[in-house]
Amino acid sequence: MSAIPESLHEQLSHQLEQVIGFIYPNEVETQWAILIVVYPYITGIVAGAFILASLVKVFNVVEVQPIYRLALLTALAFMLVAGMPLQLHLGHPLRAYEIFMTPQPTSAMAMFGFVYLWYLLGILLIEIWFEYRQQLVLMARQSRGLMKGVYSALSLFSRDLSPEALAFDKKASKFVTIIGIPSAFLLHGYVGFIFGSVKANPWWGSVLMPIVFLMSAIVSGIAMVMFIYILLSLLRNEKLDMRCLDKIGLFLLVAIIVDFALEALDYIHRLYQSEESIGILTELVSYRLFTSLVVVQLLLGMLLPLLILVLVRSVRFNEELRKLLYFTSSLLLLLGIFSMRWNVVIGGQLYSKSFRGLMAYKMELTGIESLMTALLLLALPFIILTVLFRLLPPRWMDNQVPVAVP
Amino acid sequence: MNKRDFLKDAILFFPAAATLQALAQQAKGAAEPASTPDGYDATKHWYGMGIDVDKCIGCNRCVEACKVENDVPEEPFFFRTWIERYQIHANGETTVECISTRAAPPEQAEPEDPTVVRTFFVPKLCNQCAHPPCVQVCPVGATFQTQDGVVLVDAERCIGCRYCIQACPYGARYLNPKTRTADKCTFCYHRITEGLLPACVEVCPTEARIFGDLKGRADRLVRFHRVNPISVLKPDLNTEPKVLYAKLDGEVR
Repeated sequence: MSAIPESLHEQLSHQLEQVIGFIYPNEVETQWAILIVVYPYITGIVAGAFILASLVKVFNVVEVQPIYRLALLTALAFMLVAGMPLQLHLGHPLRAYEIFMTPQPTSAMAMFGFVYLWYLLGILLIEIWFEYRQQLVLMARQSRGLMKGVYSALSLFSRDLSPEALAFDKKASKFVTIIGIPSAFLLHGYVGFIFGSVKANPWWGSVLMPIVFLMSAIVSGIAMVMFIYILLSLLRNEKLDMRCLDKIGLFLLVAIIVDFALEALDYIHRLYQSEESIGILTELVSYRLFTSLVVVQLLLGMLLPLLILVLVRSVRFNEELRKLLYFTSSLLLLLGIFSMRWNVVIGGQLYSKSFRGLMAYKMELTGIESLMTALLLLALPFIILTVLFRLLPPRWMDNQVPVAVP
Repeated sequence: MNKRDFLKDAILFFPAAATLQALAQQAKGAAEPASTPDGYDATKHWYGMGIDVDKCIGCNRCVEACKVENDVPEEPFFFRTWIERYQIHANGETTVECISTRAAPPEQAEPEDPTVVRTFFVPKLCNQCAHPPCVQVCPVGATFQTQDGVVLVDAERCIGCRYCIQACPYGARYLNPKTRTADKCTFCYHRITEGLLPACVEVCPTEARIFGDLKGRADRLVRFHRVNPISVLKPDLNTEPKVLYAKLDGEVR
């Protein structure tokens, strides 16, 4: 016997037992597993949080000002983790640099590395730096010892706090945001294209895929910022800005409606066109994805929060109840979008390309490609965020603490 | 420009140019595998395979030969080639089974099923598409098409992202658990460039597989193509397979 790892053999044997109908023999293995579910989920949150932040800068939505920095830092925290699931998933992680050194121009995946780097280095970090420069300079002046060095380094040793310099910060940050919006669209629309361009897989291959990914990204990003905002106020026992929360709730509602409409269109279109694959896709949904697609993604993760948000807008609830309802719907939406990623990524690998059978996926609990790693990767942005909050307090400017300019 | 500036620039220029050139070479990748013999001219060939569906008896010898020849893991989850059995029932239904995943050949003949009106075997393998979607999606150019029309994987370069496996409409690829890189049928490239036949063709007792060169004028495959009604798998995907099936049933996907 040729030696393949015991755990892989066990997993594949188990998955083979669960096969219904006929599949090609190489299809037993689930090629893209839980980590590739986590990856679009995380990039989606980055894009969504950034777009929420840009509402303040570009469209002057003043109500959302209090969460501007929070949204930016959320985007950064998730962005720093976004590449990790990909890296860990590779058969040869140490060869990942080849994507940058020798990219294949026809590959939808090859450009992701560049889009990712552009977004991180060209947009997010620059915008955050301009936003925080004044504060970093001041903090460097006020602190001593190690922290003085840290803040000086973070401000890139700039010291200029003249009105012209501050005006330039503002202008630059607005300019970066303006480029940032199409970049955020690119970042996540692009992730959708990686799946949408696979013609071999009708569950993925749809022109709507990049747009559906983008809209669901906006939903998950806004929901994540809302969730963190409410959570922070609970932890710190601070009062929430209800005007801000209501406004985020409104944007969330609009995003859900557009996302729902697009996804519904996708399904209606498939059913109506009723191509060769429709039979097996119907079986896929009824036998393999019913809970995760119909119950979790659609009912719990989309229609229920939609109903809640509509209720909040039409009935005059008191603040406490509104807060609770927003909190609940943000959690439900985060669950729903995760489910959506699961249904796309895993769902697309649960039916045979012969259209004659269904596969199964048994998630490992430990190991690299496992539930444990996925949970760690999902927890990591929150740890990064805690550090970022210490380093770059999101509240100083918002609290209107007078800033002394010497 | 004075001498000093010139020298300073030169110190920068030569290593930079050398690095860029090395990178360009890397980017171009292995246009031809290193192991092709001397005197072999890839541009003179365009390989393909013919499958005579009526001749396949489902003995599975091609699958076994392939596994041995190409060091394919023995476990029933990894195949460069495999055999499917189709049974057409009287009510028009079709049942399909992959006979290559069986642990052992059945000891006794299966009792005859009176509802089955027709049955046949279909050997499957990489279609060596002229427009290979797997090559299109590879982010690092590790999978490529040779000048003689064979799609290969450079295991030294493959990062194991598995995008090519997703992009293949025929399920012809797998991730080799030993090398952690994508793997697939190579038409036994190490053999055909030496003038030998692929292992599966060599062992087939009924000559159900015809290997040949579509550029050769008096080639067996060219003749096979001329005298038989030919189909390819999933023609609607425009991959232009070079594995040509004679008298293929419409049920086969």
